[in-house]
Amino acid sequence: MPIYYSTSAIGRRGIRFFSRIGGTALLLFRAMKAVAELPRSFRLFVHQLYYLGVNSLPLILVISIFVGAVAAWQAAYQFAFIGAPLRYLGQAVGKAVVIELAPVLSAIVFAGRVGAGIAAELGTMKVTEQIDALESMGISPIRYLVMPRILSCLFMVPFLVVFAIFLSIAGAWAVSVIGVNVSSETFLNGFKSSFAIGDFINGLIKASVFGLIIGTVACYEGFNATGGAHGVGQSTTTAVVISSVMILISNFVFAVLLFRV
Amino acid sequence: MTAIPRISIENVTKRFGSQTVLDGVDLQIPQGQSLVIIGQSGCGKSVLIKHIIRLLTPDSGRIVVDGEDVSTIRSRNLPDFRRKFGMLFQGAALFDSMSVFDNIALGLREQRRHPEKKIREIVLEKIEMVGLSGSETKGPAELSGGMRKRVGLARAIAHDPEVMLYDEPTTGLDPVTADVINDLIVELNQKLHVTSVTVTHDMVSAFKIAERIVMLDNGKVAFDGTPDEVEQTSHPQVKGFMISSGIRGKH
Repeated sequence: MPIYYSTSAIGRRGIRFFSRIGGTALLLFRAMKAVAELPRSFRLFVHQLYYLGVNSLPLILVISIFVGAVAAWQAAYQFAFIGAPLRYLGQAVGKAVVIELAPVLSAIVFAGRVGAGIAAELGTMKVTEQIDALESMGISPIRYLVMPRILSCLFMVPFLVVFAIFLSIAGAWAVSVIGVNVSSETFLNGFKSSFAIGDFINGLIKASVFGLIIGTVACYEGFNATGGAHGVGQSTTTAVVISSVMILISNFVFAVLLFRV
Repeated sequence: MTAIPRISIENVTKRFGSQTVLDGVDLQIPQGQSLVIIGQSGCGKSVLIKHIIRLLTPDSGRIVVDGEDVSTIRSRNLPDFRRKFGMLFQGAALFDSMSVFDNIALGLREQRRHPEKKIREIVLEKIEMVGLSGSETKGPAELSGGMRKRVGLARAIAHDPEVMLYDEPTTGLDPVTADVINDLIVELNQKLHVTSVTVTHDMVSAFKIAERIVMLDNGKVAFDGTPDEVEQTSHPQVKGFMISSGIRGKH
């Protein structure tokens, strides 16, 4: 009997897992189809750009400065440990920030702030029948709610990543100059010599995919919230967890595909 | 020759997991009739009403509206189909982020058939009809339960629907406010000459609104008759329901 129960439990979890993947993919497909109606929802799209993106700037600002600062400090510590010259500090920190730190950390912060917000908002609308009300009025919730949010995430994450790169480099520069005694010129020359436009573009491509993941997962979880406050809370947590895990997995896939060893 | 019913519910079954909520429901609703569906909480009343407007689809059976099988309507034609209906939701389902005015105007704006000036006229007229003039700029959070229902009602009738669906219109309201909502529904049904389907477990409301009362029990139609027939019936479930509602004495 225990074997039977554990097998059926695994089966149920498997079905739930695949139906979630299928449901999320279907939602993304329907949202992309609704992009054809963007002019009709343009005001909503602009509102979401501001609400989701611009309002995230203060948080990204604080996090990016400190990420850059700690990256410079830790790199200097490792350089000292292996006896590497500090003139390479700008080079090492610059690469790490542009390729990995800014896109991934900005996306995870965005998933925590914006993904949770979208899932909670749509989840509340679902359990209070506001989404049913929209449909009953002949308004497509995909066009009205989902498409503007997914599209805003798609555009705002790369924008925030560019912002995060500049601020992280600024944070790293400040720590290098003030705390590690590397001259400003040495740091910036190192950064410039390592900067490749290809890395920057790859970072932005990754960021767009992360944005798509955050928006789609959050909308799907919100739309599938059940029950009351507990169900909304659960869908919010699930949205953040799934988005963060998917960001890290897809980041690894990008690393393998874009940066050949 | 019998007239084609406006809404025809044919052998509809709906399950959620292992629970059968609707079990072969058959119901014909003629044009202009005010039908009230009663039954205990969880008996599938709200589920049934949501099938009519295809917010839910049946596992088997079909819903036919104006001779058209609802489940075969293509998704691009669904908005036009749904605009035949106006629906008042149980908790009013007002959009939190919008004012009373915008809640009522949303459907009209999205329909894009009227200029903003005309929309304003319509919205103010509907707000006046439900007795909430002066509340246009308030947010849903500033309204009482009764006011929210009235805004929900104004929103449901903003586009002059042909069929009204009311999901528990008086639930959670005090008797005086509930009576105001009942009067409004009766007045609207008479003024707009709509077909209406009301789901409720409030028997006072049912008697006030209904031309016909149907009782759902265990996912099936247990009773179907006029309010007079309901009052006189010896049907055990209906009798029990009336006694529990305080409409009839135990003897």
